Amino acid sequence: MYNPQLDADGNLKHLLTIEGLPKRILNQILDTAETFVGVAERDIKKVPLLRGKTVCNIFFENSTRTRTTFEIAAKRLSADVLNLNVGTSSQSKGETILDTVDNLIAMHADMFVVRHSQSGAAHFIAQHVPDNISVINAGDGRHAHPTQGLLDVFTIRRYKPDMHNLRVALVGDVLHSRVARSEIHALTTLGVPEVRVIAPKTLLPTGIEKMGVQVFHDLRAGLKDVDVIMMLRLQNERMSGAMLPSAQEYFKTFGLTQEKLKLAKPDAIVMHPGPMNRGVEIDSSVADGSQSVILPQVTYGIAVRMAVMAILGGGNA
Amino acid sequence: MQLPNPETLLSDISAKILAQLAKPELAENSALIGIHSGGVWLMQRILSQLKSPIPYGTLDAALYRDDYSQRGLKAEMQPSNIAFNVQDKHIILIDDIFYTGRTTRAAMNELFDYGRPASITLAVLINRGGAQLPISPQIVGAEILLKPNESLQLSQDTKGILHLSLEIEDSKASHV
Amino acid sequence: MKIHIKNGQVIDPKNNINAKQDIFIAAGKIVGMGNKPADFTANQTIDATGLIVSPGFVDLSSRLREPGSEYSATLVTELHAAAAGGVTSLACTPDTQPVLDEPGLVEMLKYRAKQINLAHVYPLGALTRQLNGKLLTEMCKLTEAGCVGFSQADSAITDTQVLWRACEYAATFGYTLFLRAEDEYLAKNGVAHDGEIASRLGLKGIPAAAEGLAIASILRIAQETNTKIHLCRLSSAEGVALVRDAKKQGIQVTADVSAQHLHLTDFDIGYFNTHANLKPPLRSQRDKEALCAGLKDGTIDAVCSDHTPVNDDAKLLPFAEAEAGASGLELLLPLALKWASHHKLSVMDALSKITHQPAAILGIAGGNLSIGSDADIALFDPEQIWTVTPSQLSSQGKNTPFLGLEMLGKVHYTLLHGQITYQASH
Repeated sequence: MYNPQLDADGNLKHLLTIEGLPKRILNQILDTAETFVGVAERDIKKVPLLRGKTVCNIFFENSTRTRTTFEIAAKRLSADVLNLNVGTSSQSKGETILDTVDNLIAMHADMFVVRHSQSGAAHFIAQHVPDNISVINAGDGRHAHPTQGLLDVFTIRRYKPDMHNLRVALVGDVLHSRVARSEIHALTTLGVPEVRVIAPKTLLPTGIEKMGVQVFHDLRAGLKDVDVIMMLRLQNERMSGAMLPSAQEYFKTFGLTQEKLKLAKPDAIVMHPGPMNRGVEIDSSVADGSQSVILPQVTYGIAVRMAVMAILGGGNA
Repeated sequence: MQLPNPETLLSDISAKILAQLAKPELAENSALIGIHSGGVWLMQRILSQLKSPIPYGTLDAALYRDDYSQRGLKAEMQPSNIAFNVQDKHIILIDDIFYTGRTTRAAMNELFDYGRPASITLAVLINRGGAQLPISPQIVGAEILLKPNESLQLSQDTKGILHLSLEIEDSKASHV
Repeated sequence: MKIHIKNGQVIDPKNNINAKQDIFIAAGKIVGMGNKPADFTANQTIDATGLIVSPGFVDLSSRLREPGSEYSATLVTELHAAAAGGVTSLACTPDTQPVLDEPGLVEMLKYRAKQINLAHVYPLGALTRQLNGKLLTEMCKLTEAGCVGFSQADSAITDTQVLWRACEYAATFGYTLFLRAEDEYLAKNGVAHDGEIASRLGLKGIPAAAEGLAIASILRIAQETNTKIHLCRLSSAEGVALVRDAKKQGIQVTADVSAQHLHLTDFDIGYFNTHANLKPPLRSQRDKEALCAGLKDGTIDAVCSDHTPVNDDAKLLPFAEAEAGASGLELLLPLALKWASHHKLSVMDALSKITHQPAAILGIAGGNLSIGSDADIALFDPEQIWTVTPSQLSSQGKNTPFLGLEMLGKVHYTLLHGQITYQASH
């Protein structure tokens, strides 16, 4: 069946979502990222792969941190980087998404990194760019954030190499989370046998079990014997949207504290895509504790994004 | 075609490298760098013959190849690892088969990102002829002229013994 | 103009005719069926060999986009589309700009349509002023101006007291209310069926219960107030079940389904195809099957096109930002035929859902062929395959989820009041 992310030979053409990508492509990205971790540890953190190429960060939805990591990744590949924060420029003057994209194409951009508040925006843009341009989805609505999903499984693989023997729990607002959806697809595609989601009913999407996860509404039950805990960010809008009464009650029932962490395996790792709401979804002592790999996630995020761009930027033998 | 014994060739180039390292002006600030994978095996064998240790490192050069736009990234890449300071060192760069010279160029480009070496000497087991760039190895085990559809592969068995095989496109191979 | 339609297979579900019969037309009316009337000399003969001769189709809902949204479509283009689709009578929705809540606007619309003379247009008037769900419109004056019923289009009446009174007032005069049942709060910002597909795609879902809850309220009120209700665009299994029960209890309710919902599900959103962004949303396979079964057993009385032309720019957006709706007038026939053939029913069964059944709901003459009736006729080839492409569609709206797909069944001629309004090019 037609897959908009792959070309006719099955090579990666766009990275829009992890859903539908074969395992071999995920492994290709993860293995390539290993090489780039080494590059980041050198004095000269640059390689010449994308020299002369222009990478455009088109962020219709603001995010300094994600945009910065993509920018660092592109620059470490020697690419030129263009940052377009559309919220402050042409879009607000009524220019359509396609007009914005067409203008950038006319300026000979080679790769687009796109973030948008609407699900499907990256797919939409990918359908309209010419063949020589690759689109990387940096987050579309609540649909997908594939590079985050990839860097999360890369991190897990580094600490827990035997993926076929893991219990992973995602905790928090799965309903609104593109990160959660991408993580679930990555974990299930790579063969992680048990993926759990732990959240109140108001924060779980309909039919989430069909994505291959076990649903828990009780944090203590859900964390039992887990190897990896992936925390999700809780946004303030959830309280005003009548999905939760308060941040305090959420922390009481679903917040990760040292005490609850003890229910997981003693060598379990704690992850968070950031930015963290300390005292809401996660206790500071856990976030800063020995089991937290939150900062390595950021480092690996650059290597993974370099890998994605390096794979998309090359020709195909 | 009769292929030479790679163990013999290794002894040859080892002797030449050791002779170079014995020179007084080079002894103190030389280093070995092997290019994955064959060059690394050779380097490890040479290191084991040194009386005193010298700095060494490994290079993949996959990220510096000049055919990225045509062929994309290699499927298998090894991480490069140069833990010493390249600045002002006399580097002996070791590879197994020298062909077009492009791998050497990529390796040198990567090497220069680590620092400015005082000199680079290229040592290879076999020069198969066919250089496309003005680069040539200074230390060579053997020169074997091959046709474009032929290629030589160096391999290492479980006991660490080196073997050479000739592969011809759409035909049988012969091994040593 | 005297017209002789010869050698056609006449199928008229209302009068139970399915026979090879000639039809004779004079002065806009059918003057003979089967036998040629005495003194009849045709000015024009249409050879209907291989074609089915049917009453012109009656469509319960089309958006003609005038007044106000001429960027999307105009009366001229959309009535051409109706004729091309074999539709000779259609009801249009009041969600125009300005809203059809003033008799003057209704008169003007009817006048314009009559001038264009490509299909009979029966406006549905707004039930509340500006469709705001608060104040009643002058239903009697609007009926006098030509409205055949009252509708809220896609705007719900959330105030149950207002809904009750609107029903009571309409019932006083025997008017029919055309309501699309959806709970406004549960549907807020939703763009897809609340199910597994929407969850994967990260789209805000509208649960089927939004329809179920609203239908239950409307029917309860209708029962108490004795109002004639027509439920527009059923989309869910639970909706069909509620209507089935209501009919068993003798409540005066009719229902329709859009031609798209008989064939598509949320799966057809695919990779965020905005042509599949519809109101109500396309729901699950189970819902689709219930809709098809409901149409078959008479719970659902009619199929409509729900014709909603949307200009290209409004669909070239991320899914949730795109304007909802599909162009449908020209697909009504083939989609109705396809439903019938999938469910082992006859062409006559399909035609009854787009001729006399909708005509009865609108309370209009038409949707049948008999001596003395207006010569509103569609001639079509049930075996002809054609591909849906922008150039094949007369409508200004090229937005259909069936783009690129093949349809079986093509209109060759349409006659309105004895005049040929459409003739397919060969």
